[in-house]
Amino acid sequence: MGLIETGYLEYAELFSRQTLPTQERYAKGPVAIAECVQEIPCNPCESACACHAICVGEPITRLPRVCYDQCTGCGMCAAKCPGLAIFIVNKAYSAQTATVSFPYEYYPVPKVGDVVRGVNRKGAYQCEAKVVKVLSPASFDHTPLVTIEIPKHLADEVRSIERKCLA
Amino acid sequence: MMIRKEVVVVGAGPAGLSAAIEAARAGADTLLVDLNLKPGGQLFKQIHKFFGSSSHRSGTRGIDIGKLLVREAQEAGVELWLKSTVVGLFPGYKVGIQRGGDDETKELVTVHAKKIVIATGASENVVRFKGWTTPGVMGAGAAQTMVNVNHVKPGQRIVMLGSGNVGLIVSYQLMQAGCEVVALVEAAPNIGGYAVHAAKICRAGVPLYTKHTIVEAVAGEDGCLRQVVIAQVDETFQPIPGTEQTLEADCVAIGAGLKPSAELLRLLNCRFMFSGAFGGYIPLHNEKMETSLSGIYVAGDSTGVEEANTALEEGRIAGVSAAEQLGLIDGARADARRTEIWERLKALRQGPFGERRQTAEDEILREYAAQVGVPAEEVMPEVLTEAI
Repeated sequence: MGLIETGYLEYAELFSRQTLPTQERYAKGPVAIAECVQEIPCNPCESACACHAICVGEPITRLPRVCYDQCTGCGMCAAKCPGLAIFIVNKAYSAQTATVSFPYEYYPVPKVGDVVRGVNRKGAYQCEAKVVKVLSPASFDHTPLVTIEIPKHLADEVRSIERKCLA
Repeated sequence: MMIRKEVVVVGAGPAGLSAAIEAARAGADTLLVDLNLKPGGQLFKQIHKFFGSSSHRSGTRGIDIGKLLVREAQEAGVELWLKSTVVGLFPGYKVGIQRGGDDETKELVTVHAKKIVIATGASENVVRFKGWTTPGVMGAGAAQTMVNVNHVKPGQRIVMLGSGNVGLIVSYQLMQAGCEVVALVEAAPNIGGYAVHAAKICRAGVPLYTKHTIVEAVAGEDGCLRQVVIAQVDETFQPIPGTEQTLEADCVAIGAGLKPSAELLRLLNCRFMFSGAFGGYIPLHNEKMETSLSGIYVAGDSTGVEEANTALEEGRIAGVSAAEQLGLIDGARADARRTEIWERLKALRQGPFGERRQTAEDEILREYAAQVGVPAEEVMPEVLTEAI
């Protein structure tokens, strides 16, 4: 079963479609992971990146390729991607923990210090997580970028948090 | 009362707005007519960031693209009539318009146009099942209008039928509005829309039921939807007895695709063809977006269901061509503009999702060349000729 049957990526399928950072690159700090594996006409990530680290090129249906050496993990692309398919992973956050940053367009927007429930790509609970950063400048156009701290071994799995239903 | 306008554009969605902007910028006295309270068509319920290339303002929310287009139309001097329904097109480029909202006195006005652009969009397909008329069962587009335009939740627990981009995006937006999507039901074995949209709602925990359909909508004592029965389907999409599951839900949203709305062009006996990839019967058009009748153009979903970016580009072609025929743009310049726009359209129709539409577009242009060739100077429909 793959993405088009289930609706979500498994790590193995992502790995087979996108070149991912090496462990050496992960050791250097935050980096953008484009979980974009379908050829659709879309390229805002390319112009979002001030470091020119993302290339789509021509035709615009090509998959984005992130140059991991140029990427600083700033998160602009993650906030701009219309598919909400780019994540910032920092496996060098601390000895035991990593962080993952993801776009989160639901209310209530979590606050720094909140303890939340981390979920994987299919929405299944993985671990407790702490919100360490929430960015929502005007340039993100109402797409807050939330960063959570999680156990390091789950850095390739956790991609969002459980949504809280407003009463 | 006879009003004269150089260009009349019917429908103020992305296609109609961009056609009107192009025509007015070239200097044409342009009237844009729409039956809604506000211009923008479906753009004002598209609260998500658009795909496409940077040249299409991708990454910008549809609602903001709508605001920009409306401003550009105002600046270009387009005259806009809202709450105005085009009720007929008549020989001699006459456009019959009923003006006035439901709570107002209505008047019938005939506008004598030189060029007409039809950009009337599309309508939602329905899926019939037992109980499909129960209050709470609606089109996905209706549910989207309720949350994003009117700020009313259509229900609390939603079952979405259809995994095309409309079904996926509206599911996401219903959750943003505070609803719960209890199931996304799809008869095919695969997700129909973009995987990134499916991935968003999967992360939010929405269960996807591929190879399933809705077999019954069950009303509660108050007559409103209370339960939805879904079942697995076989290879011929027939429900398999014994696989039924009952879900508690108060809203079913049906995202089963759209079909082009171009009935006005039927009134003038324009040539149509069937195109599965474009959602049904569509008026033939040439590279100028001109129909089989000279001076009558078509753009956007009404000539093949796609998305806002392609509608915008087709509208631009129609506007440029109308201005050219009026002698406001010279031929070489119009050709150059069209070539550049067709290139951008080609870029949007690439990849596994777009190729089918590019093939269909090529077929339409070929059919036009074969069946029409040169657009006819407007002819009276036979019925009318006889009546006169």
